[in-house]
Amino acid sequence: MSEHNLQQRNQRTLRKLLIWAVAMFGFAFAMVPFYDVICDITGLNGKTSTTASTDGPSKVVEDRTVTVEFITQRGDGVGGDFTAATRRVEVHPGEITLVNFFASNPKSSDIITQSIPSVSPGEAARYLHKTQCFCFDQQSLAAGERKEMPMIFYLDPELPRHINTLTLSYTIFDVTDRVAATNN
Amino acid sequence: MSTAAAHDDHHHHAPTGLKRWLFSTNHKDIGTLYLWFSFAMFMTGGLLAMVIRTELLEPGMQFVDPEFFNQMTTVHGLAMVFGAVMPGFVGLANWMIPLMIGAPDMALPRMNNWSFWILPFAFLILLSSVFMSAFGAGNPAAPNFGWTFYAPLSTEYGPASTDLFILSVHMMGISSIMGAINVIVTVFNLRAPGMTLMKMPLFVWTWLITAFLLIAVMPVLAGAVTMMLTDRHFGTSFFNAAGGGDPVLFQHVFWFFGHPEVYIMILPAFGIISAIIPTFARKPLFGYASMVYATASIALLSFVVWAHHMFTVGMPLAGTLFFMYMTMLISVPTGVKVFNWVATMWRGSMTFELPMKWAIAFVILFTCGGLSGLMLAITPVDFQYHDTYFVVAHFHYVLVSGAVFSMFAAAYYWLPKWSGVMPNKLLGELHFWSSLISVNLLFFPMHFVGLAGMPRRYADYALQFADYNFWISIGGFWFGLSQLLFLAVCVLCAMKKGEKAPARSWEGADGLEWEVPSPAPFHTYDTPPVVK
Repeated sequence: MSEHNLQQRNQRTLRKLLIWAVAMFGFAFAMVPFYDVICDITGLNGKTSTTASTDGPSKVVEDRTVTVEFITQRGDGVGGDFTAATRRVEVHPGEITLVNFFASNPKSSDIITQSIPSVSPGEAARYLHKTQCFCFDQQSLAAGERKEMPMIFYLDPELPRHINTLTLSYTIFDVTDRVAATNN
Repeated sequence: MSTAAAHDDHHHHAPTGLKRWLFSTNHKDIGTLYLWFSFAMFMTGGLLAMVIRTELLEPGMQFVDPEFFNQMTTVHGLAMVFGAVMPGFVGLANWMIPLMIGAPDMALPRMNNWSFWILPFAFLILLSSVFMSAFGAGNPAAPNFGWTFYAPLSTEYGPASTDLFILSVHMMGISSIMGAINVIVTVFNLRAPGMTLMKMPLFVWTWLITAFLLIAVMPVLAGAVTMMLTDRHFGTSFFNAAGGGDPVLFQHVFWFFGHPEVYIMILPAFGIISAIIPTFARKPLFGYASMVYATASIALLSFVVWAHHMFTVGMPLAGTLFFMYMTMLISVPTGVKVFNWVATMWRGSMTFELPMKWAIAFVILFTCGGLSGLMLAITPVDFQYHDTYFVVAHFHYVLVSGAVFSMFAAAYYWLPKWSGVMPNKLLGELHFWSSLISVNLLFFPMHFVGLAGMPRRYADYALQFADYNFWISIGGFWFGLSQLLFLAVCVLCAMKKGEKAPARSWEGADGLEWEVPSPAPFHTYDTPPVVK
């Protein structure tokens, strides 16, 4: 094989491998939407729908009671309280229930917050429908304000039989800086 | 980019002194640079481990504050994985692959030079933050989130030096990718006539497959640190829950890189052991073809097991079962290898020169690490073992008494070819026995404290773990100091002090690398050998 041929072959192989490396770099970013899709299907990360469900429950399953627990956590930078009015409710699948949450802002400046829900077991996330939730939008809290934030939900009557308890967790984040950064 | 053949035109004005090393395009010189760099990082990472073991010698806080301790565990891991083990294997590949396949040099010599010389700067950047930290600049000054740099520890809560870390990981990644491309191009295009793929020594095979793994996953690591960078400074929310991202996504992206990375660090070791055992058993390798296929299946399986590192994040049952079974499946091809090595030794005329001692120690201790890995693969059990010292014991058995021991074996095996003199027997024996005993004193008790519930990455522990930790630390200091013996062996060889080595330095050695004189001349195989 002549030297020139060899050089061409080397360049060709090099180019192919470089393209592959670049494609794999792209693949890392493709994993982000792919992960979201997988999470939607399997409830992997326990995220509930971020929009209000419009059609109500088809029926109420009177003979079945499920415990729904609420836990609240404060993310970085949120100084005030963040609590649920009740720690747990017993509901029938299909029964519409209202739970109030409270958040306060002890700071001397207004803040904007975003709450992120997560359901455990993740499998149940698909079966939790919310007709109204403070987590759908960013909530602004004026300086010193204590705000009541309602959340209305029902469980899908099709909720798998083996799920008797599900935990809905909310983490509240202070996104004031983030919002300011996007508006500029 | 010049080819190896074009490079040969420059035979006669080989630069000397510093320029020889800075501008080198010679695979042997670059291999030597890689190997010394790897050893330097091994000692640096070891020094950080000594700080860890000093603090853990006794319960309570004695020497360093927890913040600094966290920096030590982080940088120890990074220096060992990216600084010691990976460049060490690249150095061996540089030295041995062209010699083994009868090529005059690596296919892309200038890129080879670049891929090495990026590395010292990458580590200068990373380690500079440790120096700043040690001399009191900023708190914390060095990355402190563990070598796995999980978000949000490394995003929202990462110290300012996280950006230095990101830059250095990018540079290491570019270096590895270029090194891998070079190996593939060399193996595909520069084999001597008659050297068919299925005649290649296993070291070349395992490195070829490793190189493919590197090209597949190092860019994913680059993607992960890029996402971290944009999350930290450019307002994206890949891993930030407040902005709609998910920190668990980080773990998926990281371990999609991280698990194949584990095999990147062990496949070349399999190749080394498959070269050494036949030599000293004086029998051809048992089941050559099955070794090749086993390596390839390990590499393929490595892409579908990543979530076994994160069983406890909360996964659907079907997911945990899938990852558990896939992980356990890997022990089949790995078992094929171990049985093949044992079968090679079976009824062989075995002698126990230094490389063979290290190779046998590798087979036994790596299998120990493999078995504890099998235990960790079982999901319900993993819930207890997760993030305990049991995990630390597991991966140190496969990485230290696995990958690192294989590199010692390789060094003792090929040092005669590199330097022209046999490694000093007395120092070598001392190094081997001292390392063998101390490595077990260091890592074996970690199984017990781990099973008893001692968590990893903590600067302190409950009193009940005190005795074991004392002995673990003694083993650590002992193992660390033993490596100075290896330094002495290498320096003696570099100074050409020792018994002169013949071309075929070991009686039973087979392969093209033993056809050239010892030390291997600066240029070899200008005209390719013919392989029968």
